[in-house]
Amino acid sequence: MIEHAYIIPLLQLFAFVLIVFFLRWREPLSAACSIAMIAIGWVMSIVVLIEMIGCHGVAYEAYFYLTAFASLNFEIGILVDPLTAVMLMVVTTVGGCVVIYSVGYMKGDPRFSRFFSYLSLFLFSMLGLVLANNFFMIFIFWELVGLTSYLLIGFWFEKKVASDAGKKAFITTRIGDLGFIVGLLLIAVYTGTFNFGEVFDKAGAGVIPAGVLTVIAVFVFCGAVGKSAQFPLHVWLPDAMEGPTPVSALIHAATMVAAGVYLVARTMPLFVASAEAAMVVAVIGLITSFIAASIGLVQNDIKRVLAYSTVSQLGYMIMALGLFGYDSAHNHHSAGYVAGTLHLMTHGCFKGLLFLGAGSVIHAVHTNNIQEMGGLGPKMRTTAITFMIASLSIAGIFPFSGFWSKDEIIATVQHHPIFMFFTLVIAFMTAFYMWRLCFLTFFGKPRDQRKFDRVHESPRVMTWPLVFLAFLSIFAGWVALPWLHHGYSSFVYYGEIHHAGPNYLLMIISTIVALSGIGLAYLIYYKQAISADRLAERFKPVYTLLYNKYYFDELYDLILIRPLMAFARFMWTFDARVIDGLVNLTGSATILWSDIKEWFDTWIVDGAVNGIGWLVKQCSAVLRFLEPGRVQFYVLFILAGIVVAALAKFEGAFIAARWPVLSAICLAGLLVLGLLTRFAEAGQKEIQAAADAADMNAEGQEQ
Amino acid sequence: MSQAADVSIVFWILSFVILVCGFLVVSLKNIFHCALCLVLCLTAVAGIYILLGAEFLAAAQVLIYVGAVSVLMIFAVMLTSNLASHKIVQTNQNTMTAFFACLVFALGAVVLIGGTKVWRYATDVLPAENVLTIGKLLMTEFMLPFEVVSVLLLAAIIGAIVLAREEGS
Amino acid sequence: MFHYLTLAALLFSIGLFGVITRRNTIGILMSLELMFNAVNINFVTFNRYIMTDGLTGQIFAIFIVVVAAAEATVGLAIVLLVYRNWRGIDSDNYAVMKW
Repeated sequence: MIEHAYIIPLLQLFAFVLIVFFLRWREPLSAACSIAMIAIGWVMSIVVLIEMIGCHGVAYEAYFYLTAFASLNFEIGILVDPLTAVMLMVVTTVGGCVVIYSVGYMKGDPRFSRFFSYLSLFLFSMLGLVLANNFFMIFIFWELVGLTSYLLIGFWFEKKVASDAGKKAFITTRIGDLGFIVGLLLIAVYTGTFNFGEVFDKAGAGVIPAGVLTVIAVFVFCGAVGKSAQFPLHVWLPDAMEGPTPVSALIHAATMVAAGVYLVARTMPLFVASAEAAMVVAVIGLITSFIAASIGLVQNDIKRVLAYSTVSQLGYMIMALGLFGYDSAHNHHSAGYVAGTLHLMTHGCFKGLLFLGAGSVIHAVHTNNIQEMGGLGPKMRTTAITFMIASLSIAGIFPFSGFWSKDEIIATVQHHPIFMFFTLVIAFMTAFYMWRLCFLTFFGKPRDQRKFDRVHESPRVMTWPLVFLAFLSIFAGWVALPWLHHGYSSFVYYGEIHHAGPNYLLMIISTIVALSGIGLAYLIYYKQAISADRLAERFKPVYTLLYNKYYFDELYDLILIRPLMAFARFMWTFDARVIDGLVNLTGSATILWSDIKEWFDTWIVDGAVNGIGWLVKQCSAVLRFLEPGRVQFYVLFILAGIVVAALAKFEGAFIAARWPVLSAICLAGLLVLGLLTRFAEAGQKEIQAAADAADMNAEGQEQ
Repeated sequence: MSQAADVSIVFWILSFVILVCGFLVVSLKNIFHCALCLVLCLTAVAGIYILLGAEFLAAAQVLIYVGAVSVLMIFAVMLTSNLASHKIVQTNQNTMTAFFACLVFALGAVVLIGGTKVWRYATDVLPAENVLTIGKLLMTEFMLPFEVVSVLLLAAIIGAIVLAREEGS
Repeated sequence: MFHYLTLAALLFSIGLFGVITRRNTIGILMSLELMFNAVNINFVTFNRYIMTDGLTGQIFAIFIVVVAAAEATVGLAIVLLVYRNWRGIDSDNYAVMKW
């Protein structure tokens, strides 16, 4: 079955295609299709796991060569090793539960089929991601996961908050992906290949310069930072709670955010080779974990609390893996790899359960605000019990799953004092806020009576996944019992098997921390011995800071969003002005050109035509002179002609040689004189007319 | 008989009168004075004729021109003109042009005449009996022109009478 | 002979000037008479100095005189007619055929 592991994702893709093209209008069928495919995938994953255990964790790789580009091979292939097998199990299990749960949760939603198609597409992307054998392929599926996450978060896009959340998730993870791409490119440049095995061989052999290796590792980690919502890109996860609760359960508890952790685990050779990068990873993980846990203390939205809890737990995993890399780089044994991956598995189970349970509560009460809940325990028994089981698990109480994974994590940090301190603090806070949630939701008196009256237990299709996951929450971590010799740590490991015996001291410490956390929550919220409000008043600044999520969103808005929007607005204005300006310029130029042509036409063309007319008129004005209708003029012209003829016939040498010129001069002179006298005549006529008038006046007076 | 040397003082006097009167004819404002000058001019021309040995012509000139045509002109002047006004301009606008044109013409003619080197001077003299010879020629050689001219005169008379007749008379 | 010819030429020019220039129609006619006379002088001169046999020049001059008289007659009749119709004999007004 291992050789056919690629079928598992393909089945989901098949489900997606089927629903989108054929089953969209038959809602029960689309749900059934999704469930069927994931169920088959689940079964196949079990088989894969069994075979993996059977062959003692020998990795299997098969690939299909696609193309080469400048000596860089592009291939798609699968790599199945114990880590992959475990991830397959997690994804298919939680995925299956969520799909079944969604049948009840999304009942009546107008886009029911679309939801299942998205779920199937997401499962395809995630399964492809865990099966990938090279960086290129993992990147493709990485992006697909991001895309489907966007689609699913913004599923109820009519709500602006939801569509904004989807955008935020996509953009924030994209920033991380940018780093991931840079890392990929550096890998391609320095190793000339994308294949995991080859890259890690080269990294281990020292082919890549040390500084570059650190840089590559940090950049690859950037992708994990984005996808797993680590500091500083953690801001999208709480907002992503706007999506339907099954989405939150699947994506933001168990699978997508686990992709980052999986990536770090998969690329561990890089971090082992570079201690600095590993420390960066660990520190970021710790910071994230602390910040998120502290915020989660005071949130009132049930899903928000769970979201911050997720971020915090992911920080745990990242920190563990980072410390593993650091320790391995210094050739120390570390339980980090086992801790991180084990916690990934158990976290998937109980966080998934927590989200689905929260979804069940929300479905019943129709509100997310825990301040409006209370006393739901008796009314929603299954939900309440499973929820509390998960809470115990996450708090790390013996013998639940969470206890074993948290123990491993504490074992990882035991040699790092600062990390140890903060880890315990975080464990305390985790226990506290989870049980705060429980007490406020399921115990006590109902705070909103109207909502309380309508509460009922969720349908069985929703509660069965809860039960199943609760079962896993209790027992799934038992594979890592420290007394087992061939337990989890013998299966999923890095380098060599590190089998530490049970450390009872650590177990006791973690149990005390967890119980104290639960105890404090009990005191404040159940017994009401210490007033939460008074505490909030006492630590008002701290409370405000925590309540407002350390103002991260506001900070990002100020630094990044506003300038970017201003820039975009500026570009738009500039673009509109320039483009419009150009268009107007073209229009103006055309108008100008046509004006020029009009001028040209009027003045030059028409002018030429009119000019010819004017010229003719002037010539005629001159020539009119020749035909005045007065005989006396004619006599003059005859005389002129006689003069010319006489000159022509002259026999004297001087004149005979120049008679044309002389005759022309004579004629011209005649012409000039004629024109002169013509104008003089006008004056003469006026004088004459005036004289006549005066004369007539005189005569009149005389008479 | 002889060339240009044969000019006496009479010629000069007569030509002076002719030219002056001629000029006055063309330039005086009062048309009546013009007519009078014309008479004087024509009379002087008759004198020239006598100098040139054309007695009959001189007589005819005096009779016809001075006696009849000039009188006719004076009649016409008195019938049509506004005599008394001094403000009438008698020349049209072409004065200068015409002056220069005629000047050129006159100069050209004089130069032409002066420049002619070969004149085929006659060797014979004029017939002694001028009137007789003319009479004879008119009746013999120039019979046809004589008759035609008579007819022409008749036509002119009739035409003039027809033209100048009062309406309805 | 040159003197006579010169005289004739000058007289002709004077007459020509008058024909072209005079506004009064009768003035034109008078100038025309001058021209005729100049021509006559010319003819008679040539008759006297160049071609003396036959008195052709004088005969011709006689005919010219006669025709000139006839022409003056008719011309003046026309002038009278013009005066009757147009109340003036200003030759400037004769530009009826002017284009």
